[in-house]
Amino acid sequence: MINSIRLIFALSWRNLWRNKRRTLIILFAIILGVWAMIVTAAFMRGMVFQMLEDTVDNLAGHVQIHHPQYLDDPVIDNSFNPQSAAVSKLLQDPRIALSSTRIRLAAVIVSERESSGITMLGIDPAQESKVSFIGRSVVEGRFLDSTSDNGIVIGKALADKLQTRLGKRIVLMSQDINNEIADRGFRIVGIFDAPLDPTEKSFIFIAKDNAEKMLGLKNKASEIVLRLHNTDMVNSLVNDYAQFDKNIDVMSWLKAEPYLEMMIELMDSSMFIWYLIVFLAMAFGIINTLLMAVFERTREFGLFQALGQKPGFILFQVWLEAVLMIIVGLVIGNILSWLSVLATGDGIDVSVFARGMEMLNMSNIIPFVITFDDLIVANLTVAILGMLTGLYPAWRASRLVPAHAITRI
Amino acid sequence: MKHVVKCENITKIFEQGLIKVNALTDVNISVEAGEFICLSGPSGSGKSTLLNMIGGLDTPTSGEVYIDGDEIDTLNRSQLADMRLHKIGFVFQAYNLIPVLSAQENVEMVMQMQGIDKHTRHQRSSAILKEVGLEGLEDRKPPELSGGQQQRVAVARAIVSQPSLILADEPTANLDSNSASNLIDLMLHINKQHNTTFIISTHDPMIMQRARKLVKLHDGQITDIISQNNHV
Repeated sequence: MINSIRLIFALSWRNLWRNKRRTLIILFAIILGVWAMIVTAAFMRGMVFQMLEDTVDNLAGHVQIHHPQYLDDPVIDNSFNPQSAAVSKLLQDPRIALSSTRIRLAAVIVSERESSGITMLGIDPAQESKVSFIGRSVVEGRFLDSTSDNGIVIGKALADKLQTRLGKRIVLMSQDINNEIADRGFRIVGIFDAPLDPTEKSFIFIAKDNAEKMLGLKNKASEIVLRLHNTDMVNSLVNDYAQFDKNIDVMSWLKAEPYLEMMIELMDSSMFIWYLIVFLAMAFGIINTLLMAVFERTREFGLFQALGQKPGFILFQVWLEAVLMIIVGLVIGNILSWLSVLATGDGIDVSVFARGMEMLNMSNIIPFVITFDDLIVANLTVAILGMLTGLYPAWRASRLVPAHAITRI
Repeated sequence: MKHVVKCENITKIFEQGLIKVNALTDVNISVEAGEFICLSGPSGSGKSTLLNMIGGLDTPTSGEVYIDGDEIDTLNRSQLADMRLHKIGFVFQAYNLIPVLSAQENVEMVMQMQGIDKHTRHQRSSAILKEVGLEGLEDRKPPELSGGQQQRVAVARAIVSQPSLILADEPTANLDSNSASNLIDLMLHINKQHNTTFIISTHDPMIMQRARKLVKLHDGQITDIISQNNHV
């Protein structure tokens, strides 16, 4: 048995290289297919990854804590006590790496020339700079330095829209705790540059103490944003605290950004469809090559049977040729894919599609991300379906009547 | 005397579209161990078809074939393959060597399928290649050998596992007269030396003259069986 398998292995390998040009062409098709599968998956996965990173970085965090009514009606009344026993206990969970407590409300900003509707964020600068993009995005002036800093930090695009600049004063207006209009003047101490234009136009940052004074809030917050040690911990943490306290709602960023969850599911399924399309193109090549090889070697298969080779071994021999071709294609395809992804470095610049990317809430650099799961799925798709594809020509070879096969010209 | 081959009322009908062709009609033949038989007759007389039936490469439309007393019509494809592997050696007109294997690997192939260990395979294949006059050419691939040398490799492959029966279909048809004569000498030598039974289908008068028994076929029927005592 082992002798026969050795013989079959040697025959399959040598037969593969008997018609080098044909084998190389189909091998090239397999390599190209595997490369296309993995690199496309890496690009799509990179897009999702970047979208998630941008979302998490763009103020969403991994987990958000709100008043249960806040998302439906984000007004000052729907705030909660960030120092309650329940919240304090939750914040001690070891899965939490960082947190930032915010007063987050709709407001109007007015400059000497223009006004604009925005979302004001009353923050603790020390906490916020670690949780979101803002700490590293101030390009003019400075970021807020304490919870009582009297300055305001606005986005570059908003500054352009308001026709104002660093050092100028602006007025911020919002609804206070008594449902009266509260307003306060701030000097622009910093201008930030965010990956996305809408972020620059929509958000302004002031110190939390000043927000509290302006709105008449005490020990109240609109949201606490959490960053966890690992994205995989999000669901378990949210589940653990789902019914924790009736005064707070603990939700993952995916629930806060439902379109993202949909995008991820869409990408997963479209990736699998892409795999199948690439594979189908490949499969025709494999079947055609092997059928040609079987046709050309009909006499040989007749001879093998005449010499006493069992039909099962002939089937195995031809099938092994397909398997060997697939294995070689997979190895080279994987190496090439890995090298290609390595060559893209931090990602590719898609700024030419900047507006479209902004619509998807994504920055202009898309990294290539290869995940173990994607590699397994791509390789298994080619390996399993390829091996099944190889069975047909192999079966044809094994069913030949020796007397007819051996006299075939 | 033990019958290595026994055919009883073998009929083979080929269907070519709507036309039925009787390749063999009620053929009866018995072959004893150590015989050197020549099947002769014009093209289309049924020589190759009869060889294919005896070798289990094709199945008769009716009638029975016995090899070493076993009826082969009752065997499935795997069992037939097993029988060929252990009992029958084939030599074909077109040599039919495996082009990706060397001469020695071609000879070893059958033993490898039989599960014989590498050392024994190598010893036996070397000895048999020497016996057929191909010493020094063991590593050559078939395209690097002449027609006569390739046919010698085919004979070596057929006899190396010491089958009780060798079926040769027009083995000298592609050879020049010198190579053909050498091949006949070789087969007769093996027949005598190892008591191997040979059934050879041929047009070649040289083989016909030197065969111990001449079976004449015409239109799928045996017309004459002549015993001869002129082989060396």
